[in-house]
Amino acid sequence: MPTTDRGVTSPGRARIEERTLRRDRWWLQPLATFVVFSGFVVFATIRAFMGRDYYAEPYLSPFYSPCLGDCVEGASDFGQPFGWWPLSAALLILVFPLGFRMTCYYYRKAYYRAFWLSPPACAVAEPHGSYSGESRLPLLLQNAHRYFWYAAVLVGLVLTYDVLLAFRPMPGRYAVGDGETSGVHMGLGTLLMLANVVLIWLYTLSCHSCRHVVGGRLRHFSKHPVRYRLWTWVSRLNTSHGRWAWYSLFSVAVVDFYIFLLATGTIQDLRFF
Amino acid sequence: MSYVLKLRIWRGDKDGGEVKDYPVEVSEGEVVLDAIHRVQGTQAGDLAVRWNCKAGKCGSCSAEVNGRPRLMCMCRLSDFAEDETITVTPMRTFPVIRDLVTDVSFNYEKAKQLPSAQLGPRDPDGKRRMAQVDVERGQEFRKCIECFLCQDVCHVVRDHEDNKESFAGPRFFLRYAELDMHPLDTHDRRELAQGAAGLGMCNITKCCTEVCPEGIKITDNAIIPMKERVVDKKFDPLVWLGDKIGLRNKDNEGRTEP
Repeated sequence: MPTTDRGVTSPGRARIEERTLRRDRWWLQPLATFVVFSGFVVFATIRAFMGRDYYAEPYLSPFYSPCLGDCVEGASDFGQPFGWWPLSAALLILVFPLGFRMTCYYYRKAYYRAFWLSPPACAVAEPHGSYSGESRLPLLLQNAHRYFWYAAVLVGLVLTYDVLLAFRPMPGRYAVGDGETSGVHMGLGTLLMLANVVLIWLYTLSCHSCRHVVGGRLRHFSKHPVRYRLWTWVSRLNTSHGRWAWYSLFSVAVVDFYIFLLATGTIQDLRFF
Repeated sequence: MSYVLKLRIWRGDKDGGEVKDYPVEVSEGEVVLDAIHRVQGTQAGDLAVRWNCKAGKCGSCSAEVNGRPRLMCMCRLSDFAEDETITVTPMRTFPVIRDLVTDVSFNYEKAKQLPSAQLGPRDPDGKRRMAQVDVERGQEFRKCIECFLCQDVCHVVRDHEDNKESFAGPRFFLRYAELDMHPLDTHDRRELAQGAAGLGMCNITKCCTEVCPEGIKITDNAIIPMKERVVDKKFDPLVWLGDKIGLRNKDNEGRTEP
């Protein structure tokens, strides 16, 4: 093989023809990431553009929360300031969690490997002729991650409020209190939303930007004991950031799909009380 | 229990070379470097290999075993099936000198470009003091044995020779982070890390962390925190505003660009 002026075949380096000598299944992880992420993107895009079947009282899909557009009755707990918006209300809000995940340090690793093959796996030569990383536009914008984190905290608060609402009284023979209007309710949807919001918070609070903001940016931990303590907590969560990224991605999709099935009347909510 | 290992070794120099077969008898509990030494002692006396401590602490015997950057002395043969062929090549990011020995001077050039610690004045009693919690923060980074496997696996230079001039690599981002977190250092290295060292070229695909024989979390604990520090300095308008109106803490006050 002729030597080139770049990569593992550059002049002076050990002349080896194979782009990698790895014999393990290094392609499995990027392939799995590609398939699962692509599946999620297709699912989320369809659901976001549908503009319907996102609310089954008292459950609101996380894709549509807060519902600020021209939403169905009962879905807009924060008003409808964008009632004039002609498209799906999800498009108004999804840009924030989407931006948070797109600029996330874990997801960057995952999609640079799986979608851009840069590199496809460690010590496997990438197919690109040149590389400038995140030093130029548009990838320079990855540095805005912390701003998406600020937004993600707000979204997390809204989703937490949604979970509280998912406990609200519902009419029916299992209702506690005086039947129709008071007491609390819990169904499978409530549990799914609760699990989802826990995973969303684990993902949001384990973020590398969060770790930096709460204390990582300091040079003197000793002078800031409270922030140091916060930093140690976030650091502990941060070691599993990738896991929370995956779990919360699945949980959002599961909750949305469950509410879709309820809203379309395909299934009935499993009521515990 | 011994068996004949199907060992293949790259032999050659900068003008060319090839992978050659060296079936060699090995015993239970041995590592790849043991097999290489046996080949050197019994079959190929002129085989060039760099090694020293045989304990994973000197960082000399870096190579690629079945395509993965490893320390040969820490690569157990028991991790492979007895009938599996093991191929050992030199690190593919650096110029080869001969056989398994590469010229890693790229790393020493990058080390020279990194300003060393510049400490402030001593306390009145002539001592310098750091709280234990601040000392501990940098200990992880000091575990680095400079085996340069992280530099070898980093695709920024491995796959793009032209980036070597503008990119220092993970080993040195580790050093940048350690010094930038150092409470007694008076240099502000954030501009330098982004500019001269090319921190922005890293796309955090974490291969450096995967290959580190010391288990240093290079990406999570050094590169990403350093990237966030660069954002503070260069890209975040709120931080800039906070500094201007005095709302930020004075953690970086008094530090100067090296």
